[in-house]
Amino acid sequence: MNNKKVEFLKGKAKELRINLLGAIYKAQSGHPGGSLSAADIVATLYFDELSIDPKNPGWYERDRVVLSKGHCCPVLYAVLAMKGYYDMEVLGTLRQLGSILQGHPDMNKVPGVDMSTGSLGQGLSAAIGMAIAAKQDKLNSRIYAILGDGECDEGQVWEAAMSASKYSLDNLVAIVDRNHLQNDGRVCDIMPTNNLADMWRASGFEVFEINGHSIEEILEAFAKAREVKGKPVCIVADTVKGKGVSFMENVVAWHGMAPNKEQYEKAIAEIEEA
Amino acid sequence: MKALPTRQGFGDEILRLGQLHDDIYVIDCDISKSCKTTDFACKLPNQHLNVGIAEQNAAGIAAGLATMGKVPFISTYAVFGSMRMLEQIRTSVCYPNLNVKIACSHGGLTPADDGATHQGTEDMGIYRTIPNMTVIMPADYNSTRKLVEAAYKWNGPVYLRFTRNEMPFYYDENEEFEIGKGKILKDGNDITIIGIGDLLHQAINTANELERKGVSVRLIDMFTLKPLDEELVLESVKKTGKVITVEDHNIYNGLGSAVSEVMAEAGIGKLKRIAIKDHFGESGNYYKLLEKYDMDENAILKAADELLANSI
Repeated sequence: MNNKKVEFLKGKAKELRINLLGAIYKAQSGHPGGSLSAADIVATLYFDELSIDPKNPGWYERDRVVLSKGHCCPVLYAVLAMKGYYDMEVLGTLRQLGSILQGHPDMNKVPGVDMSTGSLGQGLSAAIGMAIAAKQDKLNSRIYAILGDGECDEGQVWEAAMSASKYSLDNLVAIVDRNHLQNDGRVCDIMPTNNLADMWRASGFEVFEINGHSIEEILEAFAKAREVKGKPVCIVADTVKGKGVSFMENVVAWHGMAPNKEQYEKAIAEIEEA
Repeated sequence: MKALPTRQGFGDEILRLGQLHDDIYVIDCDISKSCKTTDFACKLPNQHLNVGIAEQNAAGIAAGLATMGKVPFISTYAVFGSMRMLEQIRTSVCYPNLNVKIACSHGGLTPADDGATHQGTEDMGIYRTIPNMTVIMPADYNSTRKLVEAAYKWNGPVYLRFTRNEMPFYYDENEEFEIGKGKILKDGNDITIIGIGDLLHQAINTANELERKGVSVRLIDMFTLKPLDEELVLESVKKTGKVITVEDHNIYNGLGSAVSEVMAEAGIGKLKRIAIKDHFGESGNYYKLLEKYDMDENAILKAADELLANSI
């Protein structure tokens, strides 16, 4: 593994956490917990894995990302700003009237957003439509869908999973940010999915189970996913909701709550020191 | 008299279009035989998906295909195409205004024997409420073919509703149709009858009967429920004062509601609505159901008599 690359990506993930928390703090509204749990995955995707061109967001041959857990858009908005799709200042308009940065992502407003999401359970199906079209048009594009583990309660996820397998979509990678918490409590209490990896395997996916905060393991999983032929891949990434901010970690309340000034400053200090 | 189900018009036209345009996809949900898309599936396998009994996923895949510039037609029954996948269509298709078509057989009471579970009688009103959606129901085979083609050329979500059972031919195969523009089939001064879909045929019979009685009838095929041809409605109300709407749909939020909104805002005219009076259907012969629910030509005739009598 290339240490320089890993260190670079760790730095980007840190920067991403700071930026997304800044946007939520400024808005005094948004979802920090699931944004922080996905930060290492999203940083690695955008700063290493994806074939994209921020100067040409509509480039047809590009890779695509569907953030199916759309409420975690602060992590997406922040990474797109860091990639240069729009000015960093735009992040400060999150959830404000007239902003391109809606509470949940709007593909027609935000350059770099490939699919409008926000209603859970719908993104994987859209990613499948993209993957089918990409194969039909003989593109090398790869399609990534990021789901939450709570989101896997939705029946449509499993309808979609079966069809991804039927159509042998080896250009599709589903990433489950398994942070073990959902809106109302712990996943194991609300709707247990103890055998989540097996559920994806049973649906016909090649499954890689990784630590979703290890840049090395994320990089390795993306590389292995490219080697899989004839079936779709699911990366079940074990994560911590609120990762990087001690008082947010594993606390259900930080699913959809903005920090106050004191909390925000403490959070930023912790991330910077880590 | 020659007659075909309008779902057959969809099946024949989508095959013709699919052979001409490789951006067209058909997504079936395990009822392709009934939706008349099996020829498409056989002849254009690379443009055909069958996702099984999973309508929500069908809607999402269609959205994803549309982001890639494809033009997917989801093919299912009206009851599932409007309600089982409603939120997916609302949020993943209509909100981003993606170019997805929902082509549904079994509209209204036309799957008559199947009973209430399979009779889509709320669908058009539901989709009329969703921004960016266009809602169409053709009356016969030839208009269906033309309107399927028009829907393909229309950029944005379209809901198309077809009949399970046979409908008489009315239009010549060269007749042209424009989405959002109603057609005046007869012109007259005493009363306007505005029909949509399968019940247009009942309206035609009524109009003929009224004319035999010496009443001058304006008859309109309002095949586009949304966007409604408001100009034509207003012009007709101004001309005849009295209007009857005729639809195989719940009385709420369908053609009658749409027309009454235009009339009420203008503050003119008198209206009677022929529709399903806010109840579920049941199994039975289609024509017997129309009779039982006061939706056949006799019911329209009665409504016309009442309106005409009141005006004297």
